[in-house]
Amino acid sequence: MLEVRGLTSHYGRIPALKGIDVDVREGELVALVGANGAGKTTLLRTLSGVQPATGGHVRFDGADVTHAAPDRRVGLGIVQVPEGRQVFAPLTVEDNLRLGAYRRGGKAAAATLERIYAMFPRLRERRASLAGTLSGGEQQMLAMGRAVMAQPRLLLLDEPSMGLAPLLVQEVFAYVRRLKEEGRTIFLVDQNARAALSVADRAYVLETGQVVLAGTGAELAANPQVQQAYLGL
Amino acid sequence: MSAELTQFLLTGITIGAIYALVALGFSIIYNASQVINFAQGEFVMIGGMTTVSLVDGGMPLPLAIALAVVVAAAVGLLLEKLAIERARGASVVTLIIITIGASIFLRGLAQLVWDKNFHALRPFTGSTPIAVFGATILPQSLWVLGVTVLIVAALGWFFGRTLLGKGMLATSHNRLAAELVGVRVKGMLLLAFGLSAALGAIAGILTAPITITSYDVGVMLGLKGFAAAILGGLGSGVGAVAGGLALGILESLGAGFVSSAYKDVIAFVIILAVLFFRPSGLFARRSAERV
Ligand SMILES: Nc1ncnc2c1ncn2[C@@H]1O[C@H](COP(=O)(O)OP(=O)(O)OP(=O)(O)O)[C@@H](O)[C@H]1O
Ligand SMILES: [Mg+2]
Repeated sequence: MLEVRGLTSHYGRIPALKGIDVDVREGELVALVGANGAGKTTLLRTLSGVQPATGGHVRFDGADVTHAAPDRRVGLGIVQVPEGRQVFAPLTVEDNLRLGAYRRGGKAAAATLERIYAMFPRLRERRASLAGTLSGGEQQMLAMGRAVMAQPRLLLLDEPSMGLAPLLVQEVFAYVRRLKEEGRTIFLVDQNARAALSVADRAYVLETGQVVLAGTGAELAANPQVQQAYLGL
Repeated sequence: MSAELTQFLLTGITIGAIYALVALGFSIIYNASQVINFAQGEFVMIGGMTTVSLVDGGMPLPLAIALAVVVAAAVGLLLEKLAIERARGASVVTLIIITIGASIFLRGLAQLVWDKNFHALRPFTGSTPIAVFGATILPQSLWVLGVTVLIVAALGWFFGRTLLGKGMLATSHNRLAAELVGVRVKGMLLLAFGLSAALGAIAGILTAPITITSYDVGVMLGLKGFAAAILGGLGSGVGAVAGGLALGILESLGAGFVSSAYKDVIAFVIILAVLFFRPSGLFARRSAERV
């Protein structure tokens, strides 16, 4: 479904991605782990088209989208839940969700909105509140709900558990698992490597803009290098 | 209330409505780009001058008005396409300087296309004053107020009820998140310039029969609209309307009770005072009120 080959990206003249090869197949949950500043966010931003690729290719369902505009990628089904949630703070919860379906138009969104409220009852309770007044956990759910409103085929999740209390972290991962069970394809970045590897079918390890390890979630979780660097064992 | 006071208030509300329309134009562009568009006054001028010359050329007034709004909107779109978009990645200050350049250019162009004379548009529906509460109001003032109310309602509907309007709001609040939900952010900027130009033109057309128009009428109206916008809190729709009305009334009372020599000074005092003491504007409370 997603095929990334030799992808590079720069901030000014400084390379942040140095030739990334990554594959995500239909229905898979693929995790990406790596230290701070490894380039995980940069990779997701480049996949969404909000950060320019300076070389290499991104193919989605066989079509070259390396330089496609962000809105076109959303239309194709590549949808991102960005790092730090990035909700529209001064707008209501419901407006945030409706905006998630911006490309699909208002009418098509009504049914999806009901599904999201069923999945996140808390969001229904707070539908008229301003998104900025929600707690961190609620904002994360809102950001995920907003992405689901776009009917993603490939969901890119950037640090969905960042800054959350342990109980909420579990909850977020429960939702990620549920989205996978619904048959969605997911590319997940998370600091919480243990949790990420445990839900992932496959995973990649990123170091300073390069993929240094790849394997199934279980393989990487059992890898001594990974254990030492990312699992604190 | 004395008839005199009523008269000053009526006059103030009318001119305040015009300031409000200009201020709304400032706010819409500011929200979309953080740019203060100093060519906003020139949209006002283009609206008035185009209508006058089309009517003088024999075109029926309603058609001339419609065409003038379209012309101004087209100029707004061109300004965005040719100047603002080309400078993509430039700082906000650079973009603001570009709009100052554009305003000078448009004034120069207006001198060439038209002339340096004053022009009057005849009132839409006669000029027999109507008596209200012991004071009088011109039919043209009723047009100003009625159209302003309609426009404010339409903008409220656009930003409050339509997905496109919400997308525009979303872009102003969080550009990255807007891009990630599939809003074409560049298109929003274009839309903001077109919309603001149309609003400015409407203000210029409405006021042309009252205050006469000329190639440089946009300088003062632009500054007054800017004063109104910052008084209400730049970027706030409610604030733009409140700021416009407040400025119009203050001016009218100042001119009536003190001296008309001070009329224009009031706007500048307001700009300085607000920037000094309350840069977020008098009415800015929550950013949720932004247009
Ligand atoms: N806007 C920017 N301008 C310049 N350099 C940047 C910018 N954003 C990130 N970088 C640099 O690019 C590299 C990769 O950053 P990135 O945010 O992609 O890492 P990350 O793996 O997501 O890290 P984290 O775990 O902290 O989120 C880092 O060295 C970072 O300093
Ligand atoms: Mg990151």
